[in-house]
Amino acid sequence: MNSVTIAVDLAYLLAAAGFVVALHLMNSPATARKGSRLSWLGMIVAVAAALTSVIHDATITTTGWIVLSAGGVGGAAAGLVMARRVKMTDVPQVVSIFNAVGGGAAALVAAGDFVRLAGGSGISSRVMIATVLDIIVGPVTFSGSLIAAGKLQGWVSSRPVVFPGARLITAALTVVGVGASCYLLAGHDSTAMLILVVCAALAFGVTMTMPIGGADMPVVIALLNSFTGIAVAIAGFVIDNGGLIIGGALVGASGGILTVLMAQAMNRSVISVMLGGFGTGDSGPATGPAAVGAGASIRRISAEDAAIQLAYASKVIIVPGYGLAAAQAQHEAAELAALLAEHATVFFAIHPVAGRMPGHMNVLLAEANVPYTDLKEMDAANPEFPTADVALVVGANDVTNPAARRPGNPVSGMPILNVDQAKSVIVIKRSMGHGYAGIDNELYTDPKTGMFFADAKSGLAEIIASVKALVAS
Amino acid sequence: MTTGLMSDIYIFVLAILVGYEVITKVPSTLHTPLMSASNAIHGIVIIGAVVTASQARTDAGYVLAFVAAFFAGMNVAGGYSLTDRMLQMFRKRPVPPAHDGTKELP
Repeated sequence: MNSVTIAVDLAYLLAAAGFVVALHLMNSPATARKGSRLSWLGMIVAVAAALTSVIHDATITTTGWIVLSAGGVGGAAAGLVMARRVKMTDVPQVVSIFNAVGGGAAALVAAGDFVRLAGGSGISSRVMIATVLDIIVGPVTFSGSLIAAGKLQGWVSSRPVVFPGARLITAALTVVGVGASCYLLAGHDSTAMLILVVCAALAFGVTMTMPIGGADMPVVIALLNSFTGIAVAIAGFVIDNGGLIIGGALVGASGGILTVLMAQAMNRSVISVMLGGFGTGDSGPATGPAAVGAGASIRRISAEDAAIQLAYASKVIIVPGYGLAAAQAQHEAAELAALLAEHATVFFAIHPVAGRMPGHMNVLLAEANVPYTDLKEMDAANPEFPTADVALVVGANDVTNPAARRPGNPVSGMPILNVDQAKSVIVIKRSMGHGYAGIDNELYTDPKTGMFFADAKSGLAEIIASVKALVAS
Repeated sequence: MTTGLMSDIYIFVLAILVGYEVITKVPSTLHTPLMSASNAIHGIVIIGAVVTASQARTDAGYVLAFVAAFFAGMNVAGGYSLTDRMLQMFRKRPVPPAHDGTKELP
């Protein structure tokens, strides 16, 4: 072990420590940006160390340099353009694409190692096991993430795509993939078999993600994020690099935690999400106000009624949901909050699954200039509802259904926002259509709830105009 | 290589536990930037692309190295850029805007 090798290893350790501290700094919005920059610094140190090591060993060919710099610079440029141009509502797609390329790169690193060693003096079983795992997990992540991005973007149907024999195809792919993997693990370094495993894994990623409905995407993105981390960590085992192992393991843990949190917040198990075939696409059936259940009566209100209640309230809690994100009404919601804040206490109560990926709603509202101190998590917001004069629900449904507190229905046990405890409730919603769980929301038939049937964006705009008229007069 | 493998497994398991500890403390407000930040961290796979490129000697090897470098470069640059862009939007409540005063003028 010479001094350069030691320095390079220490640099990897420094980078890994930087990643851990960076993630720690993400425990508060006040320090999160500092954390992100520290992580970036760690990455630069790690890349510099890798390049130093390669230069020192002098093993890389000129073609190698050209290939590496052309690929790296080209990819970085593409990534920068995507990250800079993406609209905040479309962030889930881009995160999904970055997951895809991360998983893809990990598989390619493993495949590159295999191709180099194949036909030579043999591949040690340790490297072979890691390689086989990587050429399974990596491609599954790659194609699965691309399908997820396509569903979010609307290029692929966001409905659960289930066709006859789909499960059979998945089963067949599993058999082929496992069979070919076993052949490789038995010590045969066959490139044809490697390609077969990669193809089966790519197809498996597609058949795995296609049956999953658009509403389940927060869980799926988190899970694929975790897969990517694991794929990168396994690539670390292939090339025996602690930096990759630590970085990948951190991401694997992060994605795993978010997957479980999201599934809990949706009251579903991760298994049932992955089996798919559940839920509909982005727009549920628009049944219209008449579709309300028998015996239940609702109270319809106008924008003016809502404005009067809001203008005279001293404490207002706004509950944004998927409908607000779908209607891109975050700027209107922020404007209304700022308007009301001139005479009242106003904040947003945000359920963990509001939006299209974990925490997405917070980013949308932050973009609309809502200070993060006004974005309250469910646990912090719930004790505030009993003292709120008005709870304004915009495009959220199941996460406000008091039926969740009782056993025996599809939302039982789901963590909800205690909107029904507010002194009065205003719901802005396009129709009485059901939410994701497919049941009536008891909040809507509560006597203290006023229903304002409108699209989130135009409805909020009408309320803002009415409040302004009231304040001016 | 048994020692190498064992220490790799030690590192892997301990890193997962550290990750679990650190990440459970991240508030749900920041879950999207967290996912983007962890996305950027798995861009560390670019080191793997560097190693692959340094060992490539055949056409197949060069093609794999090129695509790996492209993917990893996209992952790492895009990941950090997007994370920073999102985090800079998380602001504290601004100091009361000046127009409040002007509005009160007779």
